[in-house]
This record gives sequence, C-alpha cells and structure tokens, in this order.
Amino acid sequence: MELIKPGTKIPFTRYRKVAVILSTLVNLAVLIALFVKGPNLGVDFAGGTMVHLKFQQKVTIPDIRRALDSVGLGSSVIQDFGDPGANEYLVRLDKTSVEIGALGEQIKESLTEQFGQANFEIRRIESVGPRVGEDLRFRGVMSVLFSTVMMGIYIWFRFDLRFGVGAVIALVHDVLVTVGALMLAHYEFDLTIVAALLTIVGFSVNDTVVICDRVRENMRKIKRESLENIINTSINETLSRTILTTGTALLVLFALFFLGGSVIRPFAFALLVGFCSGVYSTIFIASPVILLWHKQRVARAS
Amino acid sequence: MRRGLWVRSILLMIAIVAALIYLTPSFTDQLPAWWSSFLPTDRIHLGLDLQGGSHLVLEVKVDKAIENTVERLKGEITNILRERGISGSSVERVQGAQLQLRVPAASADRVRGLLKGDFPHLAVVNTKTADGTTEFVLTLSKDEIRSLRDYAVDQSLETIRNRIDQFGVSEPIIQRQGQQDILIQLPGIQDPERAKEIIGKTALLEFKLVDDTVNVEEALRNGPPPGREILHGYAGKGEGGVGVEKIVYVLESRTLMTGEDITDARVRPSSQLQGPYVELILNSKGARLFEQITAANVKRRLAIVLDNRVYSAPVIQERIAGGRASITGNFTLQEARDLAIVLRAGALPAPVEIIEERTVGPSLGKDSIQQGITSFIVGGGLVVVFMIAYYKGAGIVAVTALILNVLFMMAILAGFQAVLTLPGIAGIVLTIGMAVDANVLINERIREELRAGRAPRSAIEAGYEHALPAILDSNVTTFLSGMILFQFGTGPIKGFAVTLCIGILTTVITAVYLTRIYYDYRIAHRRLERISV
Repeated sequence: MELIKPGTKIPFTRYRKVAVILSTLVNLAVLIALFVKGPNLGVDFAGGTMVHLKFQQKVTIPDIRRALDSVGLGSSVIQDFGDPGANEYLVRLDKTSVEIGALGEQIKESLTEQFGQANFEIRRIESVGPRVGEDLRFRGVMSVLFSTVMMGIYIWFRFDLRFGVGAVIALVHDVLVTVGALMLAHYEFDLTIVAALLTIVGFSVNDTVVICDRVRENMRKIKRESLENIINTSINETLSRTILTTGTALLVLFALFFLGGSVIRPFAFALLVGFCSGVYSTIFIASPVILLWHKQRVARAS
Repeated sequence: MRRGLWVRSILLMIAIVAALIYLTPSFTDQLPAWWSSFLPTDRIHLGLDLQGGSHLVLEVKVDKAIENTVERLKGEITNILRERGISGSSVERVQGAQLQLRVPAASADRVRGLLKGDFPHLAVVNTKTADGTTEFVLTLSKDEIRSLRDYAVDQSLETIRNRIDQFGVSEPIIQRQGQQDILIQLPGIQDPERAKEIIGKTALLEFKLVDDTVNVEEALRNGPPPGREILHGYAGKGEGGVGVEKIVYVLESRTLMTGEDITDARVRPSSQLQGPYVELILNSKGARLFEQITAANVKRRLAIVLDNRVYSAPVIQERIAGGRASITGNFTLQEARDLAIVLRAGALPAPVEIIEERTVGPSLGKDSIQQGITSFIVGGGLVVVFMIAYYKGAGIVAVTALILNVLFMMAILAGFQAVLTLPGIAGIVLTIGMAVDANVLINERIREELRAGRAPRSAIEAGYEHALPAILDSNVTTFLSGMILFQFGTGPIKGFAVTLCIGILTTVITAVYLTRIYYDYRIAHRRLERISV
C-alpha cells in the first residue's frame, strides 16, 4: 500500500507566504487572548479546591448547589463532567481545604442530607494552596520554555544554527496553537496539560529532525539545485513517513480521547491538536525560516 | 554485522525470559513458594491516582517554632533576673522573634555579662539608655535560627511518621520536601478526613489553672487581666454539631506542665458515669511535677488544654501521686482513640498546614485502570491492523517489535519499581503510536532503496543505515523533553515522564536492533530475493 506516490512533487515552499501570514495571525490571536482573557487555570495553577462527585441517579446542578448552600459553598462553580449520563460533576472552590476546615467531611454531610448516603460518592479532591499554585505555575512555564530552547540547541548542535532557529519557531507555533485550541474548547490548564505541551515539543521536533536530516543528505547529493528545491524534494521524500507516523500517533490518541476517560481527555485533546500542528509547522514554518535565512545570507554575500 | 547473529538471538531470548519473569508477579496472585525464594516478587506499583489514596503536602510553620523558643527564653531570662535580684526589669517579645529587655541602668553591665554567659545563642542587636533605664534588643543568632528551623521540620516529620504508623497505613511515604514542607502519601486510605485530622493536630497538651476569682463576663468585655487568658471549651457531643455549648474559661497564662512528660496514652472504655476517656501515664519527672502541682492547688480547678481548647477543668480533690492523669470530654470512642494516638506520638514542635491535597477514591482509580486498558487495546489494535495492512511482511516484523516493546516496558516498570499512574498509562499508549515511527522510517527507506534499483539485501542494509541518524535524533529530543518533565513534574506527571523515557529506550532497542536480527537471519539462511515491505 502507498499513500504518497513516489516522485510526488508538491511545491510546498511556494505556499510559504500564505502559511506564514496565516500562522502569524493565529499566533497573534492566541497571544492577545492569553493576555486579555487569560488562560482558564485549573486548581494546580490557580490554587483552590476541586471536588469530583458522582451520583447514582440523575441530579441537576441546582440540586447540588442547594445541598452545598448549607455549608456555605453555594457560590462555588459547579459543572458537568465526563460523559453524558454519567452523573459526574466538578465543584470548584476558590478556597483551599485548609481554610474551610474539614471540607470533605462537610461536603459529605450536606450531600448525605440531600441525596442519601448511598447515592453519591466523592471521587476526587484536589486542593492546592496559593504558594504551591504559584510555584507550579512558575515551574510549568519554565519547563515549556526550557525544553523548547533545549530542542533548538540540540538541532543547532546536530545540524546548523538556522535549522535550530527554524525548529524553535515551529515549536513556539505548535505550543501557541495548542494553547489556543485548549482555550477555545474551554479546557482548564493543569499539570497534565503541561505534560502534553512538553510531549508536543519533543514530538513535533521529530518531524523537523527527519526533514533536516534529509535536507542535509540531499545537499550533499545534489549540489547544483537551489536550497528551495532541495527543501521541497526533502519534504516530499519524507512525506509518507510524516503522514504515517503522525497517523499512528493520532490513532492511539483518538483511542485515548474517546475511551481513556474524562480525566485524561484534555491531555489527549492537547496532543491531538499539537501533533497535527507539528506536521504543519515543520513543512510550512520551519522550512521557510531556513530558506529565508539562507536567502538573506546569499543576498548579503553578493 | 551478521557474525553476531547467534549471540544477538540468545541475548534476545534471555531478555524475553527475564521480562516475563519480572512481569509474572504483577499478573498472578499466587506465586509458588519456590518462586519467591529466588525470583522477583515485586508487582508494578500503582500510583495514588490508580489505586486511590491521599497525597498531602504540609508546610511546617517554622516561624511559630522560633517564636515559641523565644517565648521560652523570655521565661528563662525573667527567672534568672529574679534569682539574681535584679529588680525593676521587664522582658517583652517584639516583632516575632526579638526580645526587648529593660533593666535599671545601674545593673546594665551585670545583665550584659549574664546574657553573654547564660544565653550564648542570643545576640544583642541594639542597646540604648534613657531615663535611668537600659533597653536591650535581643535576637537569636542566624545559626541558631537555622538549626531551630531544621529541628522543627525534622521533629515534625518524626512525629507525623509515628502517628501514621499508629494509625495504620500500609506503605506510606513520608519525606521532607524543600525547606519546610513534608510530603505524605497514603495509598489506599479509606478515611482521608480522619487521617488529616490526626496528622495535622499540633497536639500541644498544657495544664493550666483556672482563675475563678475573675468575672468571666467582665473579662470577655474588657479583655483578660494581666497574666490571664481566655480560652474556650465545648460541652455536648462533638464540635460544630447541634446542641453544643461553648464554655468560656479564664486561665492563668502560666503553663504548669506540658505533654512532654507523657510516656503513654490509653483509651479507657466508657462506664455508666461517663463516656470513653484518655488516660495519660507520666514518666517519673512528670509524675513528680504533677504531684507537686496537685498538692499545691487542692480545691482549685486544673484545666487540661489541648491546642488552645479546654477539654476539661476538674477540681483537684487531693494530691495525686502515681503519675496518672485523665482527659475526659464527651468523646466518641473513635475520637478518644485518635486523641490517644496523637498524645502518644507527641506534639508537633510547630503547627502544620496542609498546602496541597490530592485525594482519589478507589472507584475512580478502578475506572481509570479499566479505561486505560481499553484505550491501550483499541489504540494498539488500530496500529497493528494499520501497520500490517500497509507494510504486509515488514508490518508483521514491526508489530512483533511493538509487542516486545510493550513487554520490555512493563518489565522495566516492574523491575525498577517505577510507579504507574494514569498519565503513565497514557504514556504507554502514546509510545505504541510513536514507536512505529522508527520502523516507518526504516521501511520507507528500504522502499526508496528498492525503487532506486538495489537488491533486497543491500536495500535492507542501506535502509537501516540511512534511517538510523534520524531515529536516534528524534528519540533523543523526545527523551530530553521527558527528562525535563520528570524534573518539573509531581506524582502522576512524573509517572508519565517515566513511561515516556522508558518507552523511548525500549523503542530504539526493539524497533531498530531486534527487527534487524530478523532480517539478518533471513539474509544469512536463505537467499533473500524478495522482501515484503
């Protein structure tokens, strides 16, 4: 079986202007959204408490709110969680369990009064104090920045400075696109999202490595061609690999997204978006950066 | 290349057998006796998010411990000044951890010498004399503060470990984290609220005298007279419940005795007259002190104060010898038991505060495992079908490598006692999707070489050789990300980083070197005229 016929010659670099403009606009939009609206931070980063409840029968959010009112938690954010009909809800509080006291106990008591003891369970409590939240926020941002820069340095070391810069720009693009998609889909940012972003950084750079590797090989083999043609040839030659590898990764991610449960779903979603963006950015962003750099150098030399 | 074929095949066999041996304990409950005597018995460890349990981070309020020390020093200085007959002096604690000492200017030099001799840890930071009074500002030395902080955290750790041991949790993790935090993991715990209650209680037990000469109403209105303090107690069942009556006590601030001298605390069952109570057994020093205190204060009320709450304030009927005291206070049996645990384990040197809590109930963990396995099977199945459909013979080779990959990953997890978490399962599933990349790179390359007109044999050799740099580079980059994630992450996230990194190692080994054994075998034993790729 073959997905891409041998000898396929799609002139990818010809679309670079459109791609660069489009991507710049998307990235700017995400940056603006980040600064104006801010990401939707989960308890890991914002601090506070999240309680995950599961009921045996159908209940409504106002029912839960009424029950929690008796312990003074009526003003908290309550949202549906998980698959439809699962009767699972998340209660989000600004305060940590320390400030509220025996939080779990209180919630248990007030829900027992309203719904009966056998009809619900507290599946999960996550509570993060302000100092921890701030610390995790800092470390989260730093780890994504640090790994992106590390990737750039690695590519620079293995190939060339311009390839390294191209890779870093492509990675920043992927991270921003993923962050934007998460904001659009109203997912909360927590530690697993940071894990997803780091994985995207590590995986997305794979495509760049494979294509750069091929560009370097072709530069040795076919000296007379222009860099633009060499890049195009290399992208085309590795295209079926790119599609296959991303394809199999997407297969397992779809399985995780649909079957892995609601706790892991945001993580799978982030990876789905990031991996797709990774392919796009390698072909349409990293390559033009390398090309642009090269052209400027040629211009300066002459 | 082909010469080591036998050696490589034997190594592979050994690796497979070893992996199966390491995995067996995780998949069966009953190991034969001979197995346990010389083969590994460790199962794959499940993280708290999969088996249920509580993850807590406590902050030790070390500043409070320092304040307590300064407060104690204040008492000592007061006593010494009194003993040496330096009258007209006063000591106050100011700004948290500093002491302000006022003495008549005439005795300033004597006091200076006294401080130097008896209180080497206190440094004089400021002195001024005005109106015949000399004022010293004293502070603890930096070294002393540091060692006090360390002591407070270490001591808290030890105390909390004692309490958890007595509470009964299997395989708890209790360790220091950073400067002043303590990390606690309690796997499979049924009642996290009760555990938190036991762990977080300061359990500072104090005996103080009740001052019945002061009018309670007046003290509430105008504040307590000097040397007195107001504390509360509760009558009725439990705290915060219905029908609870709050009782106000005016106490002498001086602490006559603390829980330091307790050797044991036991629950005494309820009788007709009262509910269950806790009996304290004091060591000889405590017994002597308790006897003195009771002898000197017959007919007065002695308040038993735990963490600034008055539990009971019985009237001392007579001198009590024998070193036994009891705490009553409308306990349920469980409350009495928990109180006995904290009193036996001793007080925390400083209050602690829970700054992070993650509790997962057992049912969510079970669901997560189930969902993880389902997505593993479905995702893996899709990849297998796809690879075989696309590459046929070479696809089967890649899929075999993939199965061995998963086998080795799990065996390493079991062998190195790594913790498997929900994100960790996601990492395994993801590895399946990404591991085939290496085989895709090799196979695509072989196809290219075949198309370029090479014979199958040299196409295979060239394919492996040319694909290798890209495979290594791309795996190194993902590995780097995994390492950074491991450094940054906590709990479940670390689990993901671990499976990601292990997966990369096993991927490179299985996808590159193991599949090569197969092709080398074919090259060596049959003339390779056609390959299916």
